Amino acid sequence: MSEAIRLDGIVLRYRIPRERIFSLKEYAIRRIQRRVFYDDFTALNNINASIAPGERVAVIGRNGAGKSTLLRVISRVLPPTQGRVVVSGRVAPILELGLGFHGELTGRENVMLQGALLGFTRAEIRKRLDRIVEWAELEEFIDAPIRTYSTGMSARLAFAVATDVDPDILLIDEAMSVGDEKFQRKCHDRMEGLQKRGKTFLLVSHALKTVRENCDRTIWLHHGRVVCDADTPTVTEAYHQWSLGDTDSVA
Amino acid sequence: MSAEPEDRLASDAGHGAPVLYDSSRRTPRWIEEATFLWRYRGLVHELVIRDIKVRYKRSVLGMIWTMLAPLLNMIALTLVFSAILKQAIENYPVYFMAGQIFWNYFSQTTSAAASQSQGSNDMAKRTFIPRSVFVAAAVGGGLVNLGLSLIPLVVIIAITGFPLYATWVFLPVAVFITTLFTAGVSLFLFTVTTRFADVREMYNVIVQTWFFLTPIVYHPSIVPLRYRIALWLNPMYYLVQVFRKPIYDGAIPQASLVLVSLGLSAAVLVSGWIYFCRRTDRMAYWS
Repeated sequence: MSEAIRLDGIVLRYRIPRERIFSLKEYAIRRIQRRVFYDDFTALNNINASIAPGERVAVIGRNGAGKSTLLRVISRVLPPTQGRVVVSGRVAPILELGLGFHGELTGRENVMLQGALLGFTRAEIRKRLDRIVEWAELEEFIDAPIRTYSTGMSARLAFAVATDVDPDILLIDEAMSVGDEKFQRKCHDRMEGLQKRGKTFLLVSHALKTVRENCDRTIWLHHGRVVCDADTPTVTEAYHQWSLGDTDSVA
Repeated sequence: MSAEPEDRLASDAGHGAPVLYDSSRRTPRWIEEATFLWRYRGLVHELVIRDIKVRYKRSVLGMIWTMLAPLLNMIALTLVFSAILKQAIENYPVYFMAGQIFWNYFSQTTSAAASQSQGSNDMAKRTFIPRSVFVAAAVGGGLVNLGLSLIPLVVIIAITGFPLYATWVFLPVAVFITTLFTAGVSLFLFTVTTRFADVREMYNVIVQTWFFLTPIVYHPSIVPLRYRIALWLNPMYYLVQVFRKPIYDGAIPQASLVLVSLGLSAAVLVSGWIYFCRRTDRMAYWS
């Protein structure tokens, strides 16, 4: 398999109930009265793409274009309704920094938990612990509960764990916009280090600046379809022109 | 750049390598989920530790509470039931406590699976985690509590001069059978409560009623013959006996009782697992 990620005609469609029903009682009553209605929503519509190992690809588009959904399909959170996704290599999703952090637990305990969330065994995380803490520059605070950390501190720790797992494919969803400038630079350096070693990146972002700096290729999604998939300068320019003319665009 | 993860740890190779995900070639869900549960066993361990630590972090009594709670409960109920019901159960504290520990293991685990389902599902919607990990963690937490609550039981046995039977060695088998049943019920509950939040409160009421339908505070012999059918239809009736016999009667439960319990529990676990696995893909769309 020469590709890191292959998407063959990916369709993701789901049913949204017209009214949210949270209780079994209500659901049962409505079911009997035949009053449960759904709308079909197509979040991704026939996505085809092939990403080679070592490629740095950005996914851009307006809110609700399906960018995050696409990342979730690749990270196997959402199985596609139709089509086929093939991912070869170890995936590290940096979807939300600090997901699963618990305020009452210490930094060290949270690192163990985060590592486990990425599918590591306890022995593996313990081996990496010191290096993670050192990179995050949190040696002094590592045994304090994480609720005492600043946002920047916990972001640093989360990023350190997520990138230390040495993944083959990194899925990044706007995660790098946290922390101070020094931390941002540090993140950038680490990403570059990973890139040099042939890691594949898939970055979802609104910030065209970040995209231009980090990615060679860009996929533009709109309403769950690929509008354009080409080199970054071409696509970002086209997207920029389009959003200028598009009055309800937020990008 | 310092502390870069240059070296691939030797153990990485064993970490499910080569990693390949092909959405068109997935194994049947019940096998896939089991494979992932094994791969994510480290997370089960971490979640159990997290729950214990979080529970005790800010409380003074901490771990002692786990032992103190059934002890106080037992004292209160012993007083009430021996005074009001005037039951003729020899060494009632030991009888009651053995049953109570058994029941707590079941009810705490299943309630935990139900109450944590929504939060767990939210997490699994954002990053890939096999959802059965959360059910396994609930069972693991219950097992830890069960182990701890055996200490006050031994204390009571010592105080009351009750014999500590050699048949205690059978207890792991009883715990194993109870665990199959508990895990099965937890899988059902996790799935249903993820979809419908109100089932959680409904279950609390059910578990309360179920407790009194199971001979834990009373002896099954006081149940009139014409109501015995309610006992026979209650799986917990068999399980509590398997658990209590080696502690209270100093006897290994008869083979027929063990086999019925084992068969019943295994069936509940298998059907719970299949029910759960058939819905894991859909859970990503449940709120």
